Amino acid sequence: MILPLRLDRVSFAAGGREIVAPLSLEIGAGPNTVILGANGAGKSVLMRLMHGLLAPTAGLVAWNDGDRGRVRRQQAMVFQRPVMLRRSARANVIFALQAVGVAGKERERRADEALREVGLSHLAERPARVLSGGEQQRLALARAWALHPEVLFLDEPTASLDPSATREIETVIKAFDASGTKIVMATHNLGQARRLGDEVIYLHQGRVLERAPVDEFFKQPATAEAAAFIKGELPWV
Amino acid sequence: MRGAFALIGSLDGKLLDIVALSLEVSLSAVFLATLLALPLGAALAVARFPGRHALVVLLNALMGLPPVVVGLVVYLLLSRAGPLGKLGLLFTPGAMVIAQTILILPIIAALCRQAVEDAWREYGEQLRSLGVDGMAAALTLVWDIRFSLFTAVLAGLGRASAEVGAVMIVGGNIDGVTRVMTTTIALETSKGDLPLALGLGIVLIVLVLALNAAADVVKQAAQRRYG
Repeated sequence: MILPLRLDRVSFAAGGREIVAPLSLEIGAGPNTVILGANGAGKSVLMRLMHGLLAPTAGLVAWNDGDRGRVRRQQAMVFQRPVMLRRSARANVIFALQAVGVAGKERERRADEALREVGLSHLAERPARVLSGGEQQRLALARAWALHPEVLFLDEPTASLDPSATREIETVIKAFDASGTKIVMATHNLGQARRLGDEVIYLHQGRVLERAPVDEFFKQPATAEAAAFIKGELPWV
Repeated sequence: MRGAFALIGSLDGKLLDIVALSLEVSLSAVFLATLLALPLGAALAVARFPGRHALVVLLNALMGLPPVVVGLVVYLLLSRAGPLGKLGLLFTPGAMVIAQTILILPIIAALCRQAVEDAWREYGEQLRSLGVDGMAAALTLVWDIRFSLFTAVLAGLGRASAEVGAVMIVGGNIDGVTRVMTTTIALETSKGDLPLALGLGIVLIVLVLALNAAADVVKQAAQRRYG
Protein backbone atom coordinates (compact mmCIF):
# COMPACT_ATOMS: atom_id res chain seq x y z
CA MET A 1 0.00 0.00 0.00
CA ILE A 2 1.40 3.37 -0.99
CA LEU A 3 -1.46 5.21 0.70
CA PRO A 4 -1.89 7.25 2.78
CA LEU A 5 -0.26 10.20 1.07
CA ARG A 6 0.86 12.95 3.41
CA LEU A 7 1.51 16.55 2.45
CA ASP A 8 3.36 18.36 5.19
CA ARG A 9 3.35 22.17 4.92
CA VAL A 10 3.64 21.89 1.16
CA SER A 11 3.73 25.11 -0.83
CA PHE A 12 4.40 25.99 -4.42
CA ALA A 13 5.40 29.31 -5.93
CA ALA A 14 6.22 30.21 -9.51
CA GLY A 15 7.48 33.53 -10.80
CA GLY A 16 7.27 35.05 -7.35
CA ARG A 17 3.57 34.20 -7.05
CA GLU A 18 2.35 31.77 -4.45
CA ILE A 19 0.04 29.27 -6.14
CA VAL A 20 -0.33 26.81 -3.29
CA ALA A 21 0.00 28.24 0.21
CA PRO A 22 1.65 26.03 2.83
CA LEU A 23 -0.87 23.25 3.44
CA SER A 24 -0.94 19.92 5.17
CA LEU A 25 -3.23 17.15 3.99
CA GLU A 26 -3.59 13.43 4.37
CA ILE A 27 -5.13 11.45 1.54
CA GLY A 28 -6.06 7.98 2.70
CA ALA A 29 -7.45 4.93 0.96
CA GLY A 30 -11.21 4.71 0.76
CA PRO A 31 -13.55 7.56 -0.09
CA ASN A 32 -13.30 9.36 -3.41
CA THR A 33 -11.73 12.74 -2.88
CA VAL A 34 -12.87 15.65 -5.00
CA ILE A 35 -10.74 18.76 -5.04
CA LEU A 36 -13.19 21.54 -5.74
CA GLY A 37 -12.45 25.14 -6.53
CA ALA A 38 -12.69 27.93 -9.07
CA ASN A 39 -10.28 28.36 -11.96
CA GLY A 40 -6.93 29.43 -10.63
CA ALA A 41 -7.58 28.07 -7.14
CA GLY A 42 -4.51 25.86 -7.49
CA LYS A 43 -6.27 22.51 -8.08
CA SER A 44 -4.08 21.41 -10.98
CA VAL A 45 -0.89 22.41 -9.22
CA LEU A 46 -1.95 20.57 -6.07
CA MET A 47 -2.67 17.42 -8.13
CA ARG A 48 0.75 17.68 -9.81
CA LEU A 49 2.46 18.10 -6.46
CA MET A 50 0.74 14.94 -5.21
CA HIS A 51 1.51 12.97 -8.38
CA GLY A 52 5.13 14.10 -8.33
CA LEU A 53 5.15 16.06 -11.58
CA LEU A 54 6.02 19.21 -9.65
CA ALA A 55 8.42 19.48 -6.78
CA PRO A 56 7.13 21.63 -3.90
CA THR A 57 8.88 24.92 -3.25
CA ALA A 58 8.80 24.00 0.43
CA GLY A 59 7.41 21.15 2.50
CA LEU A 60 7.27 17.42 2.07
CA VAL A 61 5.17 15.06 -0.06
CA ALA A 62 5.46 11.59 1.43
CA TRP A 63 3.84 8.28 0.57
CA ASN A 64 3.41 5.45 3.02
CA ASP A 65 5.78 3.33 0.94
CA GLY A 66 9.39 4.47 0.77
CA ASP A 67 10.13 2.57 -2.48
CA ARG A 68 10.04 5.22 -5.21
CA GLY A 69 9.59 2.73 -8.04
CA ARG A 70 6.58 1.14 -6.39
CA VAL A 71 5.10 4.54 -5.58
CA ARG A 72 5.39 5.55 -9.22
CA ARG A 73 3.91 2.31 -10.54
CA GLN A 74 0.95 2.41 -8.16
CA GLN A 75 -0.37 5.77 -9.34
CA ALA A 76 -1.68 7.10 -12.62
CA MET A 77 -2.96 10.43 -13.80
CA VAL A 78 -5.50 11.45 -16.44
CA PHE A 79 -5.15 15.01 -17.66
CA GLN A 80 -7.71 17.48 -18.93
CA ARG A 81 -6.40 17.04 -22.46
CA PRO A 82 -5.24 13.50 -23.20
CA VAL A 83 -1.88 13.19 -24.96
CA MET A 84 -1.69 10.20 -27.27
CA LEU A 85 1.27 8.86 -29.20
CA ARG A 86 1.02 8.49 -32.97
CA ARG A 87 0.25 4.80 -32.89
CA SER A 88 -2.85 2.67 -32.46
CA ALA A 89 -5.11 2.98 -29.44
CA ARG A 90 -4.01 -0.45 -28.29
CA ALA A 91 -0.32 0.38 -28.79
CA ASN A 92 -0.76 3.43 -26.58
CA VAL A 93 -1.98 1.24 -23.72
CA ILE A 94 0.78 -1.28 -24.36
CA PHE A 95 3.35 1.52 -24.27
CA ALA A 96 2.25 2.48 -20.77
CA LEU A 97 2.48 -1.14 -19.60
CA GLN A 98 5.91 -1.49 -21.15
CA ALA A 99 7.05 1.61 -19.27
CA VAL A 100 6.28 -0.06 -15.94
CA GLY A 101 7.93 -3.30 -16.99
CA VAL A 102 4.98 -5.61 -17.66
CA ALA A 103 6.04 -8.62 -19.74
CA GLY A 104 5.01 -9.08 -23.39
CA LYS A 105 2.06 -11.50 -23.33
CA GLU A 106 0.66 -10.01 -20.14
CA ARG A 107 0.86 -6.53 -21.72
CA GLU A 108 -1.42 -7.56 -24.56
CA ARG A 109 -3.89 -9.27 -22.27
CA ARG A 110 -4.14 -6.28 -19.95
CA ALA A 111 -4.37 -3.80 -22.83
CA ASP A 112 -7.27 -5.70 -24.37
CA GLU A 113 -9.01 -5.99 -21.03
CA ALA A 114 -8.63 -2.25 -20.38
CA LEU A 115 -9.95 -1.32 -23.82
CA ARG A 116 -12.95 -3.58 -23.23
CA GLU A 117 -13.55 -1.92 -19.87
CA VAL A 118 -13.87 1.55 -21.42
CA GLY A 119 -15.77 0.27 -24.47
CA LEU A 120 -13.07 0.92 -27.05
CA SER A 121 -12.33 -2.63 -28.20
CA HIS A 122 -13.78 -1.90 -31.63
CA LEU A 123 -11.36 1.03 -32.08
CA ALA A 124 -8.27 -0.77 -30.75
CA GLU A 125 -6.37 -0.70 -34.03
CA ARG A 126 -7.40 2.87 -34.94
CA PRO A 127 -4.62 5.48 -34.70
CA ALA A 128 -5.16 7.12 -31.31
CA ARG A 129 -4.79 10.66 -32.57
CA VAL A 130 -7.69 10.42 -34.98
CA LEU A 131 -10.15 9.39 -32.24
CA SER A 132 -12.64 11.99 -30.99
CA GLY A 133 -11.95 13.97 -27.81
CA GLY A 134 -14.24 11.77 -25.75
CA GLU A 135 -12.76 8.57 -27.17
CA GLN A 136 -9.24 9.82 -26.52
CA GLN A 137 -10.15 10.58 -22.92
CA ARG A 138 -11.64 7.10 -22.53
CA LEU A 139 -8.41 5.75 -24.01
CA ALA A 140 -6.47 7.75 -21.41
CA LEU A 141 -8.62 6.03 -18.78
CA ALA A 142 -7.95 2.65 -20.38
CA ARG A 143 -4.23 3.41 -20.25
CA ALA A 144 -4.60 4.12 -16.54
CA TRP A 145 -6.88 1.09 -16.01
CA ALA A 146 -4.31 -1.28 -17.51
CA LEU A 147 -1.79 -0.15 -14.93
CA HIS A 148 -4.10 -1.26 -12.06
CA PRO A 149 -3.04 1.72 -9.95
CA GLU A 150 -3.78 2.09 -6.28
CA VAL A 151 -4.42 5.81 -6.79
CA LEU A 152 -5.84 7.55 -9.84
CA PHE A 153 -5.49 11.32 -10.19
CA LEU A 154 -7.95 13.01 -12.53
CA ASP A 155 -7.43 16.64 -13.44
CA GLU A 156 -10.68 18.08 -14.81
CA PRO A 157 -11.12 14.98 -16.97
CA THR A 158 -14.34 16.15 -18.62
CA ALA A 159 -13.76 19.91 -18.79
CA SER A 160 -13.48 19.94 -22.57
CA LEU A 161 -16.08 17.26 -23.35
CA ASP A 162 -19.77 17.36 -24.26
CA PRO A 163 -22.43 15.98 -21.89
CA SER A 164 -22.67 12.51 -23.43
CA ALA A 165 -18.90 12.02 -23.49
CA THR A 166 -18.84 13.31 -19.92
CA ARG A 167 -21.35 10.65 -18.88
CA GLU A 168 -19.23 7.92 -20.46
CA ILE A 169 -16.14 9.15 -18.66
CA GLU A 170 -18.00 9.29 -15.34
CA THR A 171 -19.17 5.71 -15.83
CA VAL A 172 -15.57 4.57 -16.23
CA ILE A 173 -14.51 6.57 -13.17
CA LYS A 174 -17.22 4.79 -11.17
CA ALA A 175 -15.86 1.47 -12.40
CA PHE A 176 -12.41 2.47 -11.17
CA ASP A 177 -13.94 3.24 -7.80
CA ALA A 178 -15.75 -0.11 -7.74
CA SER A 179 -12.49 -1.92 -8.51
CA GLY A 180 -10.95 -0.44 -5.37
CA THR A 181 -8.84 2.32 -6.87
CA LYS A 182 -8.61 5.48 -4.80
CA ILE A 183 -9.91 8.41 -6.88
CA VAL A 184 -8.54 11.92 -6.41
CA MET A 185 -10.26 14.26 -8.85
CA ALA A 186 -9.98 17.98 -9.42
CA THR A 187 -13.05 19.65 -10.84
CA HIS A 188 -14.92 22.94 -10.86
CA ASN A 189 -18.12 21.13 -11.85
CA LEU A 190 -20.47 20.98 -8.85
CA GLY A 191 -22.72 18.32 -10.36
CA GLN A 192 -19.76 16.09 -11.06
CA ALA A 193 -18.44 16.59 -7.53
CA ARG A 194 -21.82 15.45 -6.16
CA ARG A 195 -22.07 12.49 -8.53
CA LEU A 196 -18.57 11.12 -8.02
CA GLY A 197 -17.26 12.46 -4.75
CA ASP A 198 -17.43 11.04 -1.24
CA GLU A 199 -15.53 13.91 0.32
CA VAL A 200 -14.74 17.41 -0.86
CA ILE A 201 -11.57 19.39 -0.37
CA TYR A 202 -12.47 22.98 -1.16
CA LEU A 203 -9.54 24.99 -2.45
CA HIS A 204 -9.59 28.78 -2.61
CA GLN A 205 -6.59 30.89 -3.67
CA GLY A 206 -4.19 28.07 -2.95
CA ARG A 207 -5.57 27.31 0.50
CA VAL A 208 -7.70 24.44 1.77
CA LEU A 209 -10.71 26.18 3.25
CA GLU A 210 -12.83 23.09 3.89
CA ARG A 211 -12.71 19.36 3.91
CA ALA A 212 -16.01 17.61 4.46
CA PRO A 213 -18.20 14.71 3.31
CA VAL A 214 -19.89 15.65 0.07
CA ASP A 215 -23.46 15.93 1.44
CA GLU A 216 -22.39 18.02 4.37
CA PHE A 217 -20.30 20.31 2.15
CA PHE A 218 -23.18 21.05 -0.16
CA LYS A 219 -25.81 21.34 2.59
CA GLN A 220 -23.85 23.34 5.09
CA PRO A 221 -20.65 24.85 3.78
CA ALA A 222 -18.60 26.08 6.71
CA THR A 223 -17.07 29.09 4.99
CA ALA A 224 -18.59 32.05 3.19
CA GLU A 225 -16.31 31.45 0.18
CA ALA A 226 -17.51 27.87 -0.24
CA ALA A 227 -21.13 28.92 0.19
CA ALA A 228 -20.68 31.58 -2.49
CA PHE A 229 -18.96 29.11 -4.80
CA ILE A 230 -21.80 26.61 -4.42
CA LYS A 231 -24.36 29.30 -5.17
CA GLY A 232 -22.40 30.12 -8.28
CA GLU A 233 -21.36 33.49 -7.04
CA LEU A 234 -17.91 34.83 -7.67
CA PRO A 235 -16.14 34.32 -4.37
CA TRP A 236 -13.70 37.21 -4.87
CA VAL A 237 -16.33 39.89 -5.46
CA MET B 1 21.00 25.27 -73.52
CA ARG B 2 20.19 22.94 -76.40
CA GLY B 3 23.54 21.25 -75.89
CA ALA B 4 22.70 20.74 -72.23
CA PHE B 5 19.41 18.97 -72.97
CA ALA B 6 21.06 16.92 -75.74
CA LEU B 7 23.58 15.66 -73.20
CA ILE B 8 20.89 14.73 -70.70
CA GLY B 9 18.81 13.11 -73.45
CA SER B 10 21.69 10.99 -74.69
CA LEU B 11 22.18 9.54 -71.18
CA ASP B 12 25.87 9.96 -71.61
CA GLY B 13 27.69 7.21 -69.67
CA LYS B 14 30.17 9.53 -68.08
CA LEU B 15 27.41 11.86 -66.99
CA LEU B 16 25.49 8.95 -65.43
CA ASP B 17 28.58 7.89 -63.46
CA ILE B 18 28.97 11.38 -62.08
CA VAL B 19 25.28 11.54 -61.11
CA ALA B 20 25.45 8.09 -59.49
CA LEU B 21 28.54 8.97 -57.43
CA SER B 22 26.96 12.23 -56.30
CA LEU B 23 23.87 10.41 -55.06
CA GLU B 24 25.93 7.69 -53.42
CA VAL B 25 28.11 10.16 -51.51
CA SER B 26 25.34 12.51 -50.42
CA LEU B 27 22.82 9.81 -49.48
CA SER B 28 25.47 7.91 -47.49
CA ALA B 29 26.35 11.11 -45.66
CA VAL B 30 22.67 11.83 -44.96
CA PHE B 31 22.19 8.27 -43.68
CA LEU B 32 25.19 8.42 -41.34
CA ALA B 33 24.47 11.95 -40.14
CA THR B 34 20.82 11.11 -39.45
CA LEU B 35 21.80 8.04 -37.45
CA LEU B 36 24.04 10.16 -35.23
CA ALA B 37 22.15 13.45 -35.23
CA LEU B 38 18.67 12.30 -34.21
CA PRO B 39 19.67 10.73 -30.86
CA LEU B 40 22.03 13.66 -30.25
CA GLY B 41 19.42 16.32 -30.97
CA ALA B 42 16.74 14.47 -29.00
CA ALA B 43 19.01 14.00 -25.99
CA LEU B 44 19.87 17.68 -26.01
CA ALA B 45 16.14 18.48 -26.19
CA VAL B 46 15.15 16.62 -23.01
CA ALA B 47 18.35 16.77 -20.98
CA ARG B 48 18.89 19.48 -18.38
CA PHE B 49 22.48 20.22 -17.38
CA PRO B 50 24.64 23.29 -16.82
CA GLY B 51 25.91 24.69 -20.09
CA ARG B 52 23.08 23.17 -22.07
CA HIS B 53 21.96 26.49 -23.43
CA ALA B 54 25.46 27.33 -24.65
CA LEU B 55 25.59 23.94 -26.37
CA VAL B 56 22.28 24.63 -28.12
CA VAL B 57 23.61 27.97 -29.38
CA LEU B 58 26.82 26.29 -30.55
CA LEU B 59 24.90 23.57 -32.36
CA ASN B 60 22.71 26.16 -34.07
CA ALA B 61 25.82 28.09 -35.11
CA LEU B 62 27.40 24.94 -36.54
CA MET B 63 24.55 24.77 -39.05
CA GLY B 64 26.45 27.51 -40.84
CA LEU B 65 29.75 25.60 -41.00
CA PRO B 66 31.57 26.66 -44.19
CA PRO B 67 32.07 23.57 -46.40
CA VAL B 68 35.61 24.59 -47.32
CA VAL B 69 36.59 24.75 -43.66
CA VAL B 70 35.13 21.29 -43.02
CA GLY B 71 36.95 20.10 -46.14
CA LEU B 72 40.20 21.56 -44.89
CA VAL B 73 39.92 19.99 -41.43
CA VAL B 74 39.02 16.56 -42.84
CA TYR B 75 41.88 16.97 -45.35
CA LEU B 76 44.33 17.60 -42.52
CA LEU B 77 43.00 14.62 -40.55
CA LEU B 78 43.19 12.24 -43.52
CA SER B 79 46.35 13.51 -45.17
CA ARG B 80 49.28 11.13 -45.08
CA ALA B 81 50.92 12.99 -42.18
CA GLY B 82 47.62 13.44 -40.35
CA PRO B 83 46.33 11.37 -37.42
CA LEU B 84 44.09 9.27 -39.67
CA GLY B 85 46.48 9.19 -42.63
CA LYS B 86 47.03 5.43 -42.29
CA LEU B 87 43.47 4.77 -43.43
CA GLY B 88 44.41 6.00 -46.90
CA LEU B 89 41.02 7.60 -47.38
CA LEU B 90 42.07 10.94 -48.82
CA PHE B 91 40.86 11.47 -52.40
CA THR B 92 38.34 8.63 -52.15
CA PRO B 93 34.54 8.77 -52.01
CA GLY B 94 34.87 7.65 -48.37
CA ALA B 95 36.60 10.91 -47.49
CA MET B 96 33.83 12.83 -49.22
CA VAL B 97 31.18 10.98 -47.19
CA ILE B 98 33.03 11.81 -43.95
CA ALA B 99 33.30 15.51 -44.84
CA GLN B 100 29.64 15.79 -45.80
CA THR B 101 28.53 13.87 -42.70
CA ILE B 102 30.37 16.37 -40.50
CA LEU B 103 28.89 19.22 -42.50
CA ILE B 104 25.24 18.19 -42.20
CA LEU B 105 25.23 16.52 -38.78
CA PRO B 106 24.73 19.85 -36.96
CA ILE B 107 21.91 20.81 -39.31
CA ILE B 108 19.91 17.64 -38.66
CA ALA B 109 20.75 17.62 -34.94
CA ALA B 110 19.81 21.28 -34.40
CA LEU B 111 16.49 20.97 -36.26
CA CYS B 112 15.74 17.70 -34.45
CA ARG B 113 16.54 19.32 -31.11
CA GLN B 114 14.01 22.08 -31.77
CA ALA B 115 11.29 19.69 -32.98
CA VAL B 116 11.72 17.29 -30.05
CA GLU B 117 11.78 20.15 -27.57
CA ASP B 118 8.46 21.42 -28.93
CA ALA B 119 7.01 17.92 -28.73
CA TRP B 120 8.32 17.52 -25.17
CA ARG B 121 6.27 20.57 -24.19
CA GLU B 122 3.17 18.74 -25.36
CA TYR B 123 4.01 15.18 -24.22
CA GLY B 124 6.33 15.84 -21.30
CA GLU B 125 3.89 15.65 -18.41
CA GLN B 126 2.12 12.60 -19.80
CA LEU B 127 5.38 10.73 -20.38
CA ARG B 128 6.73 11.60 -16.95
CA SER B 129 3.44 10.50 -15.44
CA LEU B 130 3.95 7.12 -17.13
CA GLY B 131 7.47 7.02 -15.74
CA VAL B 132 9.18 7.55 -19.10
CA ASP B 133 11.97 10.13 -19.02
CA GLY B 134 15.54 10.70 -20.10
CA MET B 135 16.77 8.95 -23.25
CA ALA B 136 13.73 6.65 -23.37
CA ALA B 137 11.48 9.71 -23.60
CA ALA B 138 13.75 11.32 -26.19
CA LEU B 139 13.65 8.28 -28.47
CA THR B 140 9.89 7.87 -27.98
CA LEU B 141 9.44 11.45 -29.16
CA VAL B 142 11.77 11.02 -32.13
CA TRP B 143 9.72 8.03 -33.24
CA ASP B 144 6.44 9.86 -32.65
CA ILE B 145 7.39 12.94 -34.68
CA ARG B 146 9.40 10.99 -37.24
CA PHE B 147 7.46 12.43 -40.15
CA SER B 148 8.13 15.99 -39.02
CA LEU B 149 11.81 15.10 -38.80
CA PHE B 150 11.75 14.40 -42.54
CA THR B 151 12.18 18.13 -42.99
CA ALA B 152 15.37 18.11 -40.91
CA VAL B 153 16.77 15.21 -42.94
CA LEU B 154 15.82 16.93 -46.19
CA ALA B 155 17.62 20.08 -45.08
CA GLY B 156 20.70 17.93 -44.57
CA LEU B 157 20.27 16.32 -47.96
CA GLY B 158 19.91 19.74 -49.57
CA ARG B 159 23.11 20.93 -48.01
CA ALA B 160 25.03 17.76 -48.92
CA SER B 161 23.96 17.64 -52.53
CA ALA B 162 24.56 21.35 -53.10
CA GLU B 163 27.95 21.86 -51.52
CA VAL B 164 31.13 21.86 -53.57
CA GLY B 165 33.89 23.11 -51.26
CA ALA B 166 34.27 20.09 -48.97
CA VAL B 167 34.12 17.36 -51.61
CA MET B 168 36.45 19.34 -53.84
CA ILE B 169 39.14 19.52 -51.14
CA VAL B 170 38.96 15.97 -49.75
CA GLY B 171 37.95 14.25 -52.99
CA GLY B 172 40.23 16.14 -55.32
CA ASN B 173 37.73 16.03 -58.22
CA ILE B 174 39.56 13.09 -59.84
CA ASP B 175 37.97 12.10 -63.13
CA GLY B 176 36.13 8.80 -62.78
CA VAL B 177 36.95 8.43 -59.08
CA THR B 178 35.77 11.36 -57.01
CA ARG B 179 34.16 13.64 -59.55
CA VAL B 180 30.60 14.56 -58.56
CA MET B 181 28.03 16.89 -60.03
CA THR B 182 28.95 20.04 -58.14
CA THR B 183 32.69 19.70 -58.67
CA THR B 184 32.14 18.94 -62.35
CA ILE B 185 29.97 22.02 -62.74
CA ALA B 186 32.68 24.17 -61.16
CA LEU B 187 35.38 22.63 -63.34
CA GLU B 188 33.50 22.67 -66.65
CA THR B 189 32.37 26.25 -66.10
CA SER B 190 35.97 27.36 -65.64
CA LYS B 191 37.00 25.34 -68.72
CA GLY B 192 34.21 26.90 -70.74
CA ASP B 193 32.19 23.68 -71.40
CA LEU B 194 28.94 25.34 -70.52
CA PRO B 195 26.53 22.71 -71.97
CA LEU B 196 27.89 19.98 -69.67
CA ALA B 197 27.90 22.31 -66.66
CA LEU B 198 24.36 23.45 -67.37
CA GLY B 199 23.17 19.90 -68.06
CA LEU B 200 24.51 18.72 -64.73
CA GLY B 201 23.00 21.72 -63.02
CA ILE B 202 19.59 20.80 -64.38
CA VAL B 203 19.98 17.15 -63.37
CA LEU B 204 21.04 18.19 -59.87
CA ILE B 205 18.03 20.43 -59.36
CA VAL B 206 15.61 17.85 -60.77
CA LEU B 207 17.03 15.14 -58.49
CA VAL B 208 16.76 17.28 -55.38
CA LEU B 209 13.22 18.20 -56.36
CA ALA B 210 12.30 14.55 -56.96
CA LEU B 211 13.72 13.42 -53.60
CA ASN B 212 11.84 16.18 -51.78
CA ALA B 213 8.61 15.39 -53.61
CA ALA B 214 8.92 11.70 -52.76
CA ALA B 215 9.57 12.52 -49.12
CA ASP B 216 6.55 14.81 -49.07
CA VAL B 217 4.26 12.12 -50.48
CA VAL B 218 5.34 9.73 -47.71
CA LYS B 219 4.95 12.42 -45.06
CA GLN B 220 1.46 13.43 -46.19
CA ALA B 221 0.28 9.83 -46.35
CA ALA B 222 1.66 9.16 -42.89
CA GLN B 223 0.04 12.23 -41.41
CA ARG B 224 -3.33 11.24 -42.80
CA ARG B 225 -2.84 7.78 -41.38
CA TYR B 226 -1.58 8.63 -37.88
CA GLY B 227 -3.00 12.11 -37.28
